[in-house]
Amino acid sequence: MSDNLMLENAALQVEEALPESMNPVEPFLRSERIPHIWCPGCGIGTTVNCFARAVMDSKLDPNKIAVVSGIGCSGRVAGYVNLDSFHTTHGRAIPFATGLKLANPELTVVVYSGDGDLASIGGNHLIHAARRNLDIKVICVNNLIYAMTGGQSAATTPESCTTATSPYGTFEPTLNLPHLLEAAGATFIARWTTYHVMQLAKTMKEALLHKGFSFIEIISPCPTLFQRRNQMGDGLETMKFYKEHGKTKHGADTASLDMTKSGDIIIGKFVEKKDRPEYIDHMREYYTQKLGRPFEYQVKTC
Amino acid sequence: MPADPKAVLTGVHFLNGDVACCEGALAAGARFAAGYPITPSTEIVERFASRAPEVGGVFIQMEDELAASIALQGAVWGGAKSFTVTSGPGFSLMMEHVGYAAMTETPCVFVDVQRGGPSTGLPTLPAQGDMMQARWGSHGDYEVIALCPNSPQECFDLTIKCFNWAEDYRNPVVLLMDECVGHMTEKVVIPPAEQIDVTPRHLTDKRPGDYLPFKPCDNLVPEMAHAGDGYRFHITGVTHDERGYLAVTSQAQDKLVRRLCDKIRSAADQLTLVEEEGTEDADVVVVSYGITSRVAERAIRMARERGLKVGKLRLITIWPFPENRVRAVARRVKTLVVPELNLGQMVYEVERVAGGLARTVGVTHAGGGVHRPEDILAAIVEGAQ
Ligand SMILES: Cc1ncc(C[n+]2csc(CCOP(=O)(O)OP(=O)(O)O)c2C)c(N)n1
Ligand code: SF4
Ligand SMILES: [Mg+2]
Repeated sequence: MSDNLMLENAALQVEEALPESMNPVEPFLRSERIPHIWCPGCGIGTTVNCFARAVMDSKLDPNKIAVVSGIGCSGRVAGYVNLDSFHTTHGRAIPFATGLKLANPELTVVVYSGDGDLASIGGNHLIHAARRNLDIKVICVNNLIYAMTGGQSAATTPESCTTATSPYGTFEPTLNLPHLLEAAGATFIARWTTYHVMQLAKTMKEALLHKGFSFIEIISPCPTLFQRRNQMGDGLETMKFYKEHGKTKHGADTASLDMTKSGDIIIGKFVEKKDRPEYIDHMREYYTQKLGRPFEYQVKTC
Repeated sequence: MPADPKAVLTGVHFLNGDVACCEGALAAGARFAAGYPITPSTEIVERFASRAPEVGGVFIQMEDELAASIALQGAVWGGAKSFTVTSGPGFSLMMEHVGYAAMTETPCVFVDVQRGGPSTGLPTLPAQGDMMQARWGSHGDYEVIALCPNSPQECFDLTIKCFNWAEDYRNPVVLLMDECVGHMTEKVVIPPAEQIDVTPRHLTDKRPGDYLPFKPCDNLVPEMAHAGDGYRFHITGVTHDERGYLAVTSQAQDKLVRRLCDKIRSAADQLTLVEEEGTEDADVVVVSYGITSRVAERAIRMARERGLKVGKLRLITIWPFPENRVRAVARRVKTLVVPELNLGQMVYEVERVAGGLARTVGVTHAGGGVHRPEDILAAIVEGAQ
């Protein structure tokens, strides 16, 4: 298969299964805001396509889904989805989402942001939201870099990569996000790349329907600031790399998921637990017991 | 609209300011608080943690103040009335989200029980060192409303006012308490629920498609909607247009930020709460606020016993600064004496307004206690000459 065909195929796989010939994700996007800001070959748009598909397949009422983003290229997703959406501050999408969900548990609350936003500046919130097992769905676009600010190194940048702030190459160890999240208590953990669109859309749908803290890491290219600077080619080259090096291992030990610059990327669904109670369910039950009468949860009063 | 009786502890109580503040929040309809423990404010959320489940509310202890100060805003957009509570170091961490609330016009309440600073400072002792931080602490141009109680009763009453004005102006409102007022125990009268006026959220009745989350009404304040109501709106801290969409141009910035400031500045007189007494024929007026106003009271009495003509002007509203009231008093007197538990903050606002009309004299105190009335008296005596 030629490179072009392969890329197209990846994109088409999403569309194939859709009922109409019109762009099926359109109702879920703010078409008046297109063209978007993302560079050619950027993976973020691909993830949004998958997300729109997942929303559709989940059969959830879109009026009851809210998307919360932090700051970054990935943080711009909130601005493009035709849902209630909140573009918050750098690193704080999760605590915002926490308040939103607690005020109105009827909402499906999705946090959509970047690796720097969620895992570095917002890392503390990520850990504690997973610990609580509050029912929010975190979608982390991991492009291994701080893209929006010009390609500085991140806690997710593999060793020996050149970035704007590591002209001699990165030497710090990196964060293995699925492993961190499992230790913290997340009950749904998966990783895909932007090449694996069908799998990603399916996993996103499952996460939307999972009750509890869910985390999907998406390895995604930033050709402009990461791949090119590291002689890894453009978006297309990266797709080939993901195809060759993406190794699906559902249920893999999360300790084995470290990322390197040019090694294999273990992908799949690693954790799906039903035995930990979800935060709000647990709170309702707990207070009902403690109060000796039903806990009449009513935070939304306006 | 009257308060929901379920959460109103009607009766005559003996409460400290922190507890009274919590009861005020409950009476005002708060059913969500996010906090992070810090002396001397913690009693407010401790009380809320014990009261909230009884009324179906939620207290969540977040992992830090950055989290607490944005969780409360998520809750607001989900349909709750909510607040957070902190003191100096925590208030510093919350600053980015005071700005976010101002920019996104999120009605919410920040309570800051002031202690000595900078940094960890005096964790258990009073100060009034955050007066300017409350106004200017976040970057950029914006306005807050800030109120300053001097008794547990006022902690109750003004907390309700904070929640009501947050709704009326779609703006963050700060209650600037201090350690003394927070820990002081006095009589607090909580009226029957039907006598407590609670401002409902100003929700739009426009249809989805017609609603613009940042299109101002005549009072420059836009109407609100909640997530889940079918509007599919967008909120951002980036400069935005009336749809809430990013608009990063100097024209959009000018239009938005001027309106954010003007909606508060143009309402300054409605937002002014002061207590004024004996200023008609005074030579000196003591301008004070919070716990310092109670020490000033004593100094004023001592000065009057000496035959001096002294009046008092107590600022209850701190921001927007009650310029017109201060200026009116400045026209009539020789000297304005401004005691405060800091090394000079509000005194410069008084001076700005009184400049050319009256002399302004500060009486500073670095915090950790309250003034000796004699020190304020000395400034009065000198000011009368
Ligand atoms: C408090 C704060 N610090 C720093 C920034 C600058 N900043 C904006 S985006 C960003 C990094 C975003 O990286 P990531 O979350 O990985 O998103 P990406 O752009 O890579 O998608 C930074 C540091 C900011 N906006 N706010
Ligand atoms: S800079 Fe990188 S992450 Fe940002 S839009 Fe361009 S390719 Fe995507
Ligand atoms: Mg990134």
